[in-house]
Amino acid sequence: MSFFIAPSPHHHQKRTTTTIMRLVLLAMVPGVLAQLYFFGWGIFWQLIIAGSTAVIAEMLCLSARNRSPVRGIQDYSALVTAALLAVSIPPLAPWWVIVIGTVFAIVVVKHLFGGIGHNIFNPAMAAYVLLLISFPVQMTSWLPPVTLAGDTTSFIESLRLIVFQFTSDGYSVNQVRAVATGQLLDAVVMATPLDQIKTDLAQGLTLSESLRNPIFGAFAGHGWLWVNVAYLFGGLVLLQQRVIQWQIPGALLGTLAVATIIGSIVAPDTLPGLNIHWFSGGTMLAAFFIATDPVSAATSNRGKLIYAALIGLLIYLIRSFGGYPDAIAFAVLLANLCVPVIDQYTRPQAYGDVRGGQ
Amino acid sequence: MSWLFGILALAALAIIAGLILGFAAIRFRVESDPIVEQIDSLLPQTQCGQCGYPGCRPYAEAIANGDELNKCPPGGQATIDKLADLLGREAKPLDAAHGEEDVKKVAVIREDECIGCTKCIQACPVDAIMGAARQMHTVIADECTGCDLCVEPCPVDCIDMVPVAIQPERWKWDLEQIPVQYIDGSASSPTTEQQVETQ
Amino acid sequence: MIELTTTSPLHTFPGGIHPPERKAPANSTPTKRLPLADRLYVSLRQHSGLIAELCVSVGDRVTKGQPLSKPGVDNGLPVHAPTSGVITAITEHPLNHPSALTGPTVCIEVDHLDEWGAREPLGDLSTLSRREILNYLQTMGIAGLGGAGFPTARKIAGAQGIDVLIINGVECEPYIAADDRLMREQSQGILRGSKILQELTAAKQVVIAIEDNKPEAIAAMTAALSTDNSDFILRVIPTRYPSGGEKQLIQILTGKQVPANQLPADIGVLVHNVGTAFAIAKAVDAGEPLLERVVTVTGETVAEPCTAWVPIGTPVGHVLQSCGFKAEPQQRVIIGGPMMGYTIPSLDVPVTKTTNCILAPSATELRPADEEMACIRCGACEQVCPASLLPQQLQWLAKAKDYDGLKQHHLADCIECGACAYVCPSEIPLVYYYRQAKAQIREQLIEQQKSEIARQRFEARQARLEREKEERLEKHRKAAEARKAAQAARAESNEEDPVQAALARVKARKAAQEESANAPAVDDKKDQVAAAVARAKARKAQREAEQSSEAESAADDKKAQVAAAVARAKARKAEREAAAQQAEKNGEDS
Repeated sequence: MSFFIAPSPHHHQKRTTTTIMRLVLLAMVPGVLAQLYFFGWGIFWQLIIAGSTAVIAEMLCLSARNRSPVRGIQDYSALVTAALLAVSIPPLAPWWVIVIGTVFAIVVVKHLFGGIGHNIFNPAMAAYVLLLISFPVQMTSWLPPVTLAGDTTSFIESLRLIVFQFTSDGYSVNQVRAVATGQLLDAVVMATPLDQIKTDLAQGLTLSESLRNPIFGAFAGHGWLWVNVAYLFGGLVLLQQRVIQWQIPGALLGTLAVATIIGSIVAPDTLPGLNIHWFSGGTMLAAFFIATDPVSAATSNRGKLIYAALIGLLIYLIRSFGGYPDAIAFAVLLANLCVPVIDQYTRPQAYGDVRGGQ
Repeated sequence: MSWLFGILALAALAIIAGLILGFAAIRFRVESDPIVEQIDSLLPQTQCGQCGYPGCRPYAEAIANGDELNKCPPGGQATIDKLADLLGREAKPLDAAHGEEDVKKVAVIREDECIGCTKCIQACPVDAIMGAARQMHTVIADECTGCDLCVEPCPVDCIDMVPVAIQPERWKWDLEQIPVQYIDGSASSPTTEQQVETQ
Repeated sequence: MIELTTTSPLHTFPGGIHPPERKAPANSTPTKRLPLADRLYVSLRQHSGLIAELCVSVGDRVTKGQPLSKPGVDNGLPVHAPTSGVITAITEHPLNHPSALTGPTVCIEVDHLDEWGAREPLGDLSTLSRREILNYLQTMGIAGLGGAGFPTARKIAGAQGIDVLIINGVECEPYIAADDRLMREQSQGILRGSKILQELTAAKQVVIAIEDNKPEAIAAMTAALSTDNSDFILRVIPTRYPSGGEKQLIQILTGKQVPANQLPADIGVLVHNVGTAFAIAKAVDAGEPLLERVVTVTGETVAEPCTAWVPIGTPVGHVLQSCGFKAEPQQRVIIGGPMMGYTIPSLDVPVTKTTNCILAPSATELRPADEEMACIRCGACEQVCPASLLPQQLQWLAKAKDYDGLKQHHLADCIECGACAYVCPSEIPLVYYYRQAKAQIREQLIEQQKSEIARQRFEARQARLEREKEERLEKHRKAAEARKAAQAARAESNEEDPVQAALARVKARKAAQEESANAPAVDDKKDQVAAAVARAKARKAQREAEQSSEAESAADDKKAQVAAAVARAKARKAEREAAAQQAEKNGEDS
């Protein structure tokens, strides 16, 4: 026998990247279930397609880069990227949308920048932006919440729609949408709540008029409220498990809240309130799952606060004054760009640094 | 006549600009290390002469005058890279004609064989050999640069170049270098020998 | 000026972790005495500084406590015979060091009599000067028992204007229970040592710091303090690794940070380990040099985990076997704790003054690190770094060998506590990278200093050669001038020029020779006489040579040796050249 030589420390917490990523995936489950409940089976298929595409793309990239593909995918990071993208796009978007998005996220945004740990941008959000500007129609074709539409596409029908863009009866997605929408209100295009507000305001309606639209519930976007609550719950679990720190969700939601309150005091007729901003878009998903992606976020505690506050502010500004109804992806990408600068200027003061003598 | 004004104006401008530049050149002169000093400080100062010059400073002067950077075996690739960085020139691999990079060595005189001829003392570029005529010589190991120059002149060949032993204080944490020792199981364990890698 | 009370607020340091403590079962039994080993290996290098000079030789019988080496220059501490026996060898032996390099070691064949030599307690300290006491501690070989083994006397001597003396009983590293047991069993001795330390440092306050996971030790120290009526302050600090680090402990107790590149003494604080305090008490009151220390022997492969008084120089293998060690196939034997300890490749290495723990864990107890994965920039390392560094940034810089960048990121302030690597989800051995980078930076610095010295020496030599050359030229010039002046003087006084005269004489002689050659017959007789004289002289010389041959043999021998050496060297050179030519030829052939 012989003695084993190893560098210290010899003890390890054994919370590996794999463990962390798995926890993130688990924490997404409530949100996904809520989306499934309110928006139909589409999201299930999107997750399946995105996941398998991501795993294949990741393995191909790793082999091309002479890394062990099996070891490489074991960190689950590709699956997290795929899941984040899948829950962000319309549930009945055609299969090639999510495939293109996932391949772009894994191949271009992640591996061309050097693989895990080296990507500047959040892969899921970069892919989302690519899809949004390349396929604006498909990417904005959200169905109304099932609870409003009263009718839903079945498990198999949603797969058919995603794969062939037609149901077995020959309806296209738009027709399904029209049917669903038509049952509610004539001549009003069903959109996401934030989209609805944007459109209404552009047409000269006031905020309160817009909020009378049935897609808004008593408090926030119908269905969207519960989706956000579910992601908030998952996020709190991550916080409790110390997978993420409070700084990023705290600063993001905080900044968004402050901006919203100031906005609704200044212009209550045109700028929506906190209920809408927090619970009607992808805010909770962004705060707990997207902005907290460690690779593309700032590292120090102060840096994280600044980074997340920047995202919160950008979300508010783009939603309120920009051309797009929701702004998570743009805000996150812009903040990603600022990370090196933020990291440079938020370096913690080392122990015994001259300035810290006392 | 307008062309005349043009020429005059341009000439005036040129004179003013020239004056400003001239003033600036004197007033804001940057005192920098002469390049030779900077090059010299990067060289390993073994004074071994393997580059073909009689010491590091002459070689530094030669480099400043355009000689190749890759003639210094004791400095090795690290020095070449630093020099290339300093001078903005291309880093070439070490010129094998001048020798090869080697481990650090120190000269040791086999003292019972030394006849006290002082030839090595005269050869040593850093005066690291002690001794007098017909007296035994010895090397001040701490001052020896390992340049090899004393080996050739010795008429009785009593100088060895010995690799410098690693001291625990200067160990570089190469855990991979630690030899794995196999012990038989009888002492402390019934386990038989097994292949084990380090780390 | 720092003033502390029992109620002054405790501060906190950034970061820190809570690894499983696992101090039991080693801390639950009284400190044992293991059977003496048959052979002890007392390494001369047990501390920083130069190796001390030996004062024993092979074959000597030594008694317990007898010095084996003299206190050396520059921090050199002597080592002492930990028990009585015979010195069988003074040789290179594996060191108790992560490198497992060898170092000069005195091997003692133990005679199991454990016979003490003369012990001279210091007696009444009030009659002695500080200098004398410090010298005494140095000759007793007292080193810091908590960490790097820095000579205690030197540490005290360098400290001026100490406000607070901290006696460190924190022992924050998992598994280790040596200080814990010592405080429970020798609280009076620790207080005695602390008092001596207080007198030596003229510290205004003494604070004893213990982590709150050692209630028995706290109770024992409290009891000792109350019977002693001393004004020492006992502070119980929350358990968090690495609160026992010198800088961290200072920050917890005083709220102050030790500025970079400075020592705690610069802000009026001095930290000594409880073990050191006890060793001082033993040296001063009993005249016992530092011969043994408490070692924690623990880990799941050890049948009877315990703490034990182990003589310095006992092979680690002996200690382990005495406690029922059963090795696994890929056994790690760690000197120190799981966070900062190092593995040793052989059980022959001896226990030294700084060995506080021998840890032989099973593979399930402390799972070996998995393969390093890519850094995901999660920042977990940064959250736990007690020095507020950026471990992941340092890691990247270390991998890129950007030593300037590492310096800018304060690598030197890293205390290598291992908290970052403990939490790293990618299991990157961060500390390993830092240590390698630190070693490289240190090496570069040494090389730089050496090359600077070499440059100066080279330039000094060049200047000297230049000067000598000028002096020689000057001498020649002066001589020439003197000649000229003399010539001129002679010319004035109409004397004959000596050169001309010499030339004339030579001419005259030549002429005479020519003449004699023309008349050989005249000189025949003369020649015969001369030949006879020469023959006689030769005979005489031969006789003399024979007579004095014995007397002169030595001188002749010497000459012959030189000649032989030269011949040998020439032969060797020729041989080499021949070989080189042959090799060249072979090279060409192939």
